[in-house]
Amino acid sequence: MIIQTIAFYAFAAVTVASAVMVISARNPVHSVLFLILAFFNAAGLFVLMGAEFIAMILVIVYVGAVAVLFLFVVMMLDINFVELRQGFLQYLPIGALVGLVLLAELVMIFGSWIVAPDSADRAASPTPLLTETANTNALGQILYTDYVYLFQVSGLILLVAMIGAIVLTLRSREGVKRQRIGAQISRSREDSVEIKHVEPGSGV
Amino acid sequence: MMEIGLSHYLTVAAILFTLGIFGIFLNRKNVIIILMSVELILLAVNINLVAFSVHLNDLAGQVFALFVLAIAAAEAAIGLAILVVYFRNRGSIAVEDINLMKG
Repeated sequence: MIIQTIAFYAFAAVTVASAVMVISARNPVHSVLFLILAFFNAAGLFVLMGAEFIAMILVIVYVGAVAVLFLFVVMMLDINFVELRQGFLQYLPIGALVGLVLLAELVMIFGSWIVAPDSADRAASPTPLLTETANTNALGQILYTDYVYLFQVSGLILLVAMIGAIVLTLRSREGVKRQRIGAQISRSREDSVEIKHVEPGSGV
Repeated sequence: MMEIGLSHYLTVAAILFTLGIFGIFLNRKNVIIILMSVELILLAVNINLVAFSVHLNDLAGQVFALFVLAIAAAEAAIGLAILVVYFRNRGSIAVEDINLMKG
C-alpha cells in the first residue's frame, strides 16, 4: 500500500507540474512535449486505479497520434511565437481569478459530496471480479453489446473528422508537374508524330 | 500515510481542469496552446470518469472515457486542420485576427 501511495503522489505531481509547463512554456514545441509527459503520467494514474485498457489507449491515442499531430503543426507553421506572447501577463490576474473561483467551486462540491450507500448496487454495468476476467475483456464484453450503437457512432465521427481534415487541407497548386494518365493514353500517333519530307541535298 | 481514495483522484482532476481553464486565459493569442489546454480539460474529465467508475464499481464510466478520447482525437484533428488552412490563407493564427465572420 505504501508503494501505491508513493506512486500516486509521484504521478500526480509530475502530471500537474507538466500541465503548468504546458500553459507557461515559452516555446510551443516544449508545450507539446510537456503535454506528452502529462498524458504519460495520467496513464500511470489510470493504471493505479485499475483501468489498464484506458491507460494504454491514452498512451497510444494521445502520445502516438494527437501529440505528434500537434508537433507537426507547430513545426510546419512559420509563426513568430514571441509576438503571440506579448500581453501574456496582461491576462494573468483575470485568468488567476477565474481559475481560483473554479477551483473553490470544485472544492466546495467535492467537500460536501456524499456517495449514496446503495449506489454500488445500481451500477449500469457492474465490474466483474478481477479473478473472473481482466479489465480489457470486461470492457470489450459491454462495449460490443450494450454500447454497440454508440461505438458505431463514434467510429462514424472519427471517419467524418478524417475526411474533413483531408478535404480542408487538400489543395491543388499551379505549376506543379505531375503525371496525367488521361492525357497520356488519349494521345494518338497522328498528333504526336510528323513526317517531314526533306529535299535531298538542301539541308533542313 | 493515508490510503489513496476517490478524493485524491478528484483533486488531481480538479487541479488539471483549473490549469486548462487558466491556460486558455493566459495564452489568449495562441490558438495552438488553447487547443492543448482543451486537451488538458478533457484529460481531467477522463480522470474523473475513471475514478468514479472504479469507486462505484461500474464499467460504464470507462466506456464513456473511451468515447471522450475518440471525440477528443477528432476535435484535435479538425481544429488543427482548420488552423493550417487559416494560416495558409491569412499568414497568421493570432486570435485577434480571426474576425472574417464578423459582419
